[in-house]
Amino acid sequence: MPFKMSVQDFKGKINEVEIGKGEKAIKIGGQKATALYHFDNDAGNAPKIGIEITDIYPEEWIASLKELYKDVANDPAAWAKFVEEKLEPDFICLRFEGSDPNGLDKSPEECAEVAKAVVEAISIPLVIAGTQNHDKDAKIFEKITAAVDGHNCLFLAATEENYKTVGASAGLAYKHKVGAESSVDINLAKQLNVLLDQLGVKNEDITMHIGCSAVGYGFEYLISTVDRIRLAALGQNDKTLQMPIITPVSFETWTVKESIAEEEDAPEWGSREERAISIEISTATSIIAVGADAVIVRHPKSLETLKNLTSQLA
Amino acid sequence: MALTGLDIFKLTPKKNCKDCGFPTCLAFSMKVASGGSEIEKCPHMSPEALEKLSEATAPPMKALKFGKGDNEYTIGGETVLFRHEKTFVNRNRFAVMFTDQLSEEAIQSKLDNIKKVNYVRIGETMKVEIAAIKYVSDKEKYFNLIKKVKESGISIAYMLICEDVDVLKEALELVKDEKPIVYGATKDNYEAMVSLVKDQKLPLGLKADGLEELYNLVEKVQGLDYKELVLGTEASSVKETFKNAVQIRRTALKEQDRKFGYPSVVFANELANNDSNMEIAIASLFVVKYGSIIVLEDIDYAKALSLFSLRQNVFTDPQRPMRVEPDIYPINGADENSPVLVTVDFALTYFIVAGEIERSKVPVWVAIPDAGGYSVLTAWAAGKFGAGSISKFIKESGIAEKTKSRKLILPGLVAVLKGELEDELPEWEIIIGTEEAMHIPKFLKQLNNTVEANA
Ligand code: B12
Ligand code: SF4
Repeated sequence: MPFKMSVQDFKGKINEVEIGKGEKAIKIGGQKATALYHFDNDAGNAPKIGIEITDIYPEEWIASLKELYKDVANDPAAWAKFVEEKLEPDFICLRFEGSDPNGLDKSPEECAEVAKAVVEAISIPLVIAGTQNHDKDAKIFEKITAAVDGHNCLFLAATEENYKTVGASAGLAYKHKVGAESSVDINLAKQLNVLLDQLGVKNEDITMHIGCSAVGYGFEYLISTVDRIRLAALGQNDKTLQMPIITPVSFETWTVKESIAEEEDAPEWGSREERAISIEISTATSIIAVGADAVIVRHPKSLETLKNLTSQLA
Repeated sequence: MALTGLDIFKLTPKKNCKDCGFPTCLAFSMKVASGGSEIEKCPHMSPEALEKLSEATAPPMKALKFGKGDNEYTIGGETVLFRHEKTFVNRNRFAVMFTDQLSEEAIQSKLDNIKKVNYVRIGETMKVEIAAIKYVSDKEKYFNLIKKVKESGISIAYMLICEDVDVLKEALELVKDEKPIVYGATKDNYEAMVSLVKDQKLPLGLKADGLEELYNLVEKVQGLDYKELVLGTEASSVKETFKNAVQIRRTALKEQDRKFGYPSVVFANELANNDSNMEIAIASLFVVKYGSIIVLEDIDYAKALSLFSLRQNVFTDPQRPMRVEPDIYPINGADENSPVLVTVDFALTYFIVAGEIERSKVPVWVAIPDAGGYSVLTAWAAGKFGAGSISKFIKESGIAEKTKSRKLILPGLVAVLKGELEDELPEWEIIIGTEEAMHIPKFLKQLNNTVEANA
């Protein structure tokens, strides 16, 4: 008997979602197969890789990155432009660290101004993230969505607590894209998509952020959650789970011991920068391997490696 | 493939002698088919019938042992494609590549790195398990290389990569007691290769151009009655290699076709082209998707810390979070003056926290209430790690008798519990610890200093 390829045919299809506008807009999703399985069916758009920047000077970042960004890190618009020109990511993620009520507590108006300057400085798509404070995120997103009207940004994220405000401003009033954030659970992910749908946000305007952790820190739950979401979306044609997935890898990988231990704390471990890049690459690759359609990373080396990998797998 | 009762019945002697404890051979066969009894309960089965049965009831993917003593490992034996269905059982193993083209310094440096990267994470030893030793062109150098690895004193299993049967024969003499994997059987040399490894039942690695050729090769080798196999996934691109690894696993488990029912070998080193970040990406891809042996160019902590942790995660039981027993534990010789530190009963959390406390050398009591086996924030969000349950545990665990200290240190991530705990435990001073466990040593040393300064 000759060898016969084992092919998995699914009924369902992941929605294709466009972020940004013009020539540099990106499309994510669109596949009829589980991640990277070109031999099964149309594997959709190749995973997209974005770079993280922040609205305030990144005090906590490693020295080499502060050095790389030293002329621009105090000005988010200049920083974004620099990233677009020098690093060429698929998109930029602007994180509003400065809006944290336990930190600088910047006003929604200030944040909106920064977002507007950034989006106008670049031609690649912009993803906008808050601080994980759901109340404050809703407040700043309300203003930012208006300020970046017409730019088709993605907002990270709408949660169970604030989806009404975020969904209404990002998804309905200004026709941006809504990132639906849940915590590592297929049912919670589904429920939030349903709630957004009931609010009137179109499925095609939603991407999911189903949670994140660094490899070694409960990452297995992420793998299984994404596996189950994809099997339900494709195999059972579950429309409420057919949104593409975006994972902000850098939000988690730069806070674990492997990435923050100084060389004098862990002399045998070697270069802190190399460790941090390694954790970032490994986490991003692994989540792409199960189904993330876009990931956010911090280090240019991670970006370069992941772009190389995904282009080889396309 | 599952056998029916009738299939099994056909293989019994049909004596109905009841020695198995069942009234008839058929009744016995039905029971065996449903898993209610074992075929060994019939003392009259012929060896041929037993062999047929064990083959038919063997799992679709072979579990293969290699290496010896402390360095014996099992790979393969997986039963599912996705880990939420059932645990992945045999973790992939990492190899580092040596060839006869390497300079003495390069060999020594790899050996030193293998020696250096050897640590414990959550109770599991993390190290390179296999020395992949490849013959390229210089016979004498190759034999010397093998000797050098053996004499280096590293504790490791071997995979000899060689397509030249004569060279391999001599090379095998050097590691014949180590039960090495032999990689390099092709469509041109497989007969000689099989006869070389058959007596010792060494795992034989097959290498072919594409899946069809590999499939045919397995068929031929199986035709020689040899079934201790590992399958090469080699291809010129990451994309093809990925396809090969997935197809091998899927053909075995989904199509139940035993021709591909074997573990695989992935040469991440070759695909990465000396780009070590790329190697991390490729190796991660194959840890998640079906590489059984993953060959790396070299090892260092940057690589190991992510690849070994990822592997540890992927191969945990999805149904049961690893837990530690709720209780109070003394660390670093805690006594009647030591403070109390609270954490959760999730094994990952406990081992990380305990490791850092040990590093601090400061004696403390660790109090672990029942938190459902969850991480700090998960347990808190699930309502299983709140002021109520913590204070109840502190009151009932008897910790107040074990130590006179009334300092209670909380994980920084649940600083919000401070006020409530102060109300519930008025005798205790509630101290907010660090968010990250790695800062515990510094934190505890400072705490100790202030205590001593006050004393
Ligand atoms: C894996 C995971 C799960 C797994 C559970 C894994 C487990 N056994 O705990 C599952 C999928 C089951 C799960 C479920 C839920 N989860 Co969950 N989960 C995670 C995830 C991705 C990783 C957690 C992890 O393993 N961390 C690693 C361990 C080692 O961290 P740790 O315990 O905190 O320990 C560290 C520190 O705290 C410190 N430390 C620990 N003890 C101590 C003690 C002292 C004294 C000190 C100083 C330091 C210290 O040391 C460690 C290393 O630094 C996180 C997100 C994330 N990236 O953290 C979300 C997360 C924790 N989950 C969350 C939520 C909301 C939930 C659910 C409530 C969702 C729901 N509504 O159902 C449920 C709860 C369970 C239930 N209802 O049954 C939220 C919590 C939000 C919040 N801030 O409150 C998080 C943060 C995700 C998010 N961003 O929304 N989750
Ligand atoms: S012991 Fe064997 S031969 Fe005898 S009844 Fe049982 S199955 Fe039949």
